[in-house]
Amino acid sequence: MNKWSRRGFIGAGLLTGGALVVGVAIRPGNPIEKLKGDVAPGADEQLINAWVKIGPDHRITAIVPHCEMGQGAHTALAQMLAEELDADWADVSVMQAPANGAYVVPDAARAFVAAWSVDAPNWLEPTYNGLFTQISKLGDVMITGGSSSVRSTGQHTMRIAGAAARQMLIAAAAETWQVPAADITTENGKLVHKASGKSARFGDFAEAASKQAMPQTPPLKDAAAYKLIGKSVARLDIPAKVNGTAQFGIDAQIPGQKLVYAAVKAPPVPGAKVASMNADAARSMIGITKILNMKDFVAVVADSYWHAQQALNAIDISYTSTDGDALDSAGLGARFKKALDKAGDTGGKALADEGDAPAAFKAAAKQLKADYQVPFVAHAAMEPLNCTAWVRDGQCDIWTSTQVPLMARSAVAKALDLDHDRVTVHQLYLGGGFGRRLETDYTVQAARIAKDIGQPVKMIWSREEDIRQDFYRPADISRFSAGLDAKGKPISWNNAFTQLNDPAGAWDVAHYDIPNRLIRHAEADMHLRFGSLRSVDHSQQGFFIESFIDELAHEAGQDPFAYRRDLLGASPRHKAVLEQVARMANWGEKLPPQTARGIALVKSFGTIVAEIAEVDMRDGKPRVTKVWCCADAGYVVNPDGFAAQMEGGIIYGLTTALYSGITLTQGGVTQSNFHDYQMLRMPDAPEIKTSFINADSKTLGGAGEPGLPPIAPAVTNAIFAATGKRIRALPILQHFA
Amino acid sequence: MIQTTINGTPRQIDTDPGTPLLWVLREQLGLTGTKFGCGVAQCGACTIHLDGQPVRSCSTPASEAEGKKITTIEGLAGADGTPHPLQKAWVEAQVPQCGYCQSGQLMSAAALLRDTPRPSDAQINAAMAGNICRCGTYERIRKAIKAASGQTSVEG
Repeated sequence: MNKWSRRGFIGAGLLTGGALVVGVAIRPGNPIEKLKGDVAPGADEQLINAWVKIGPDHRITAIVPHCEMGQGAHTALAQMLAEELDADWADVSVMQAPANGAYVVPDAARAFVAAWSVDAPNWLEPTYNGLFTQISKLGDVMITGGSSSVRSTGQHTMRIAGAAARQMLIAAAAETWQVPAADITTENGKLVHKASGKSARFGDFAEAASKQAMPQTPPLKDAAAYKLIGKSVARLDIPAKVNGTAQFGIDAQIPGQKLVYAAVKAPPVPGAKVASMNADAARSMIGITKILNMKDFVAVVADSYWHAQQALNAIDISYTSTDGDALDSAGLGARFKKALDKAGDTGGKALADEGDAPAAFKAAAKQLKADYQVPFVAHAAMEPLNCTAWVRDGQCDIWTSTQVPLMARSAVAKALDLDHDRVTVHQLYLGGGFGRRLETDYTVQAARIAKDIGQPVKMIWSREEDIRQDFYRPADISRFSAGLDAKGKPISWNNAFTQLNDPAGAWDVAHYDIPNRLIRHAEADMHLRFGSLRSVDHSQQGFFIESFIDELAHEAGQDPFAYRRDLLGASPRHKAVLEQVARMANWGEKLPPQTARGIALVKSFGTIVAEIAEVDMRDGKPRVTKVWCCADAGYVVNPDGFAAQMEGGIIYGLTTALYSGITLTQGGVTQSNFHDYQMLRMPDAPEIKTSFINADSKTLGGAGEPGLPPIAPAVTNAIFAATGKRIRALPILQHFA
Repeated sequence: MIQTTINGTPRQIDTDPGTPLLWVLREQLGLTGTKFGCGVAQCGACTIHLDGQPVRSCSTPASEAEGKKITTIEGLAGADGTPHPLQKAWVEAQVPQCGYCQSGQLMSAAALLRDTPRPSDAQINAAMAGNICRCGTYERIRKAIKAASGQTSVEG
């Protein structure tokens, strides 16, 4: 099962479409006319370009092509646009861009193409690039994922859009005032011509500006001139999230329409179908409208979700058998080990091969070997998956929370055999995404039910369905061997693991000075469907690598911080982050008995993060009391929002490390709800201190994911420091039951 | 018919008595601020006040509201619309991320402060342990509760 086939499609589309010309803007004109009806329907609203509109009340609206799922992207992207526009922040609001091909995310395509090994030398050049827009359209690339909103759309679209709009406003004022454009300055939402004393607010020239040509490569500010970027402005979406008015997917209503509600149940073992069902008891239950056998799932439609779910629970369903029926977690682990055994010391697909790791291992003064293991993990966003759909007159509307509105549109169009333009996706806030809402399975389910019943329906998954029908963070085993020289320095690193997805290079240890490195993928099959979970491969690779490095440090008899630092001679930014987190925590200070600290360092999604966790073992099991975190994301756009994302990544990663393990029983998922799939709660939430380093304002890193990977190894390394017990399999608490 | 008072307004609810209040509030009354998270009183997203006591509305049959007063997140602010001190503190501390669990968090915290105006860390932990947040806002929630109860500023 290869869920990343769409990457191949995008790459192939490009390659067969002609030469790759990077950095040349070929996007013709300004797509205002086509978009105006969608984003600026008011007669007096002027759309300056596709990403910003200005009202007669001088209100400036940033039109943001990413969903808001708590990561703060709406605010940060509006901030970046407003910075280049020289807007008054008090005038700025944000709207979610419609699911329209004009709002594909060009840099996402660039990143995909770059990852596909096509030479893209100018990929960091801040130029709005129409070629990539075309590619993005091919692949429905309107994605919120990969910690990409700020570093990609923000840097390469929103800032350009703001700067272009500013130039268009200046050009319009210059025409009216009959003065050179170069003599007009902008500040706090105003245009000023000093010599004549003329000034006006942006709204006064909005209409005239919309008729100006849109510059494709407007100059951008240097970081020294930033007024808004780098400031902790308050999140624009928060007020509605404290009074119950924020509208999430599950809150969707259709004006003038009465909804019915659907509950669904899919076969417990992936690939199975509904063989038969006995719904006699369910039919007579309160409020039931319809019971549907959709073959790949059963749906009950009723006058309320509660009634639908109660009736669904009363249906006796049997399923077809599959090859996976007999599989349990132990069987899957054995399958992974077999793949690694088969690969041996040099087999599998080599991902990195520097020097001669096997030979260096043989010659080493000390040799270490270890296997590390992680289980499947479910996303468990607080908002269970849901989608509202209405199919009528050869068209379909869906209302949902999704990270991929255009892919959802395509998937629904395909399932219902409709043209894309007959499907409209209405996006609402996401009650958490974490990668689960990169999938379109639930939107297709709702559309199929709506088509069948011919009336608008809100489908809601039970929490049990949400846990059992996930696209899981894959289980994985990683096998290491390493050799140390007489001084304890690593001279050989040999690593093989079974799961390789995204992003490229999550397995990399090139930042550490280890001369001989062999890293391999020993592929092993699994029947459970898998997907992207916050930080994706880094969530397991961070644990594997930073645990094993810690083992090397202890084997060498050295302090784990100093050992890492001494290997970072050629990676000064990594080193600076590691040293800063050590200073924050006062690493090395005397701690109370049965208390210890662990450290870990991972670069992911362009951001280097080091974390130190303090673990208290006095209750006989680990309690994580404090976490220090230092990050280098290039340049932080919204410091408080960035800190919130580090905190979020740490708590999400800590939950995963301590508790999360999806296990299999007879091919299906054992866990079902929060009583047996536990979450970290307030009493166990550590105190978190975050700092950051702005090392490069030109190349930004992400925020949503990079806080996660270091926390699991920081905790297990602390447990080792406290107890001498090395945790090589997650979740941690299974070892302290 | 169930006679109840919701956010200060007397209401008659026409439902079968076994339907949990959560679905009555959300689907019949359009009060969608109260959220569905687990259906089994494990996550707290559906927390409301029933005669001032925090309850999980996903597991509270509508019949239990007979003759009682319900407060939901939509009724947490004062009658004149003045935000509850916790709502102000939540904004000041920039607590919510995705925001989905926050109605329940606020309702649990409001019940805590009503009974315990200056809660200790242990009291906060005990009162809030039933509310899960997957975005990891726990520490900011703790700070906001302390700020709203006059024990610290948000920065403290």
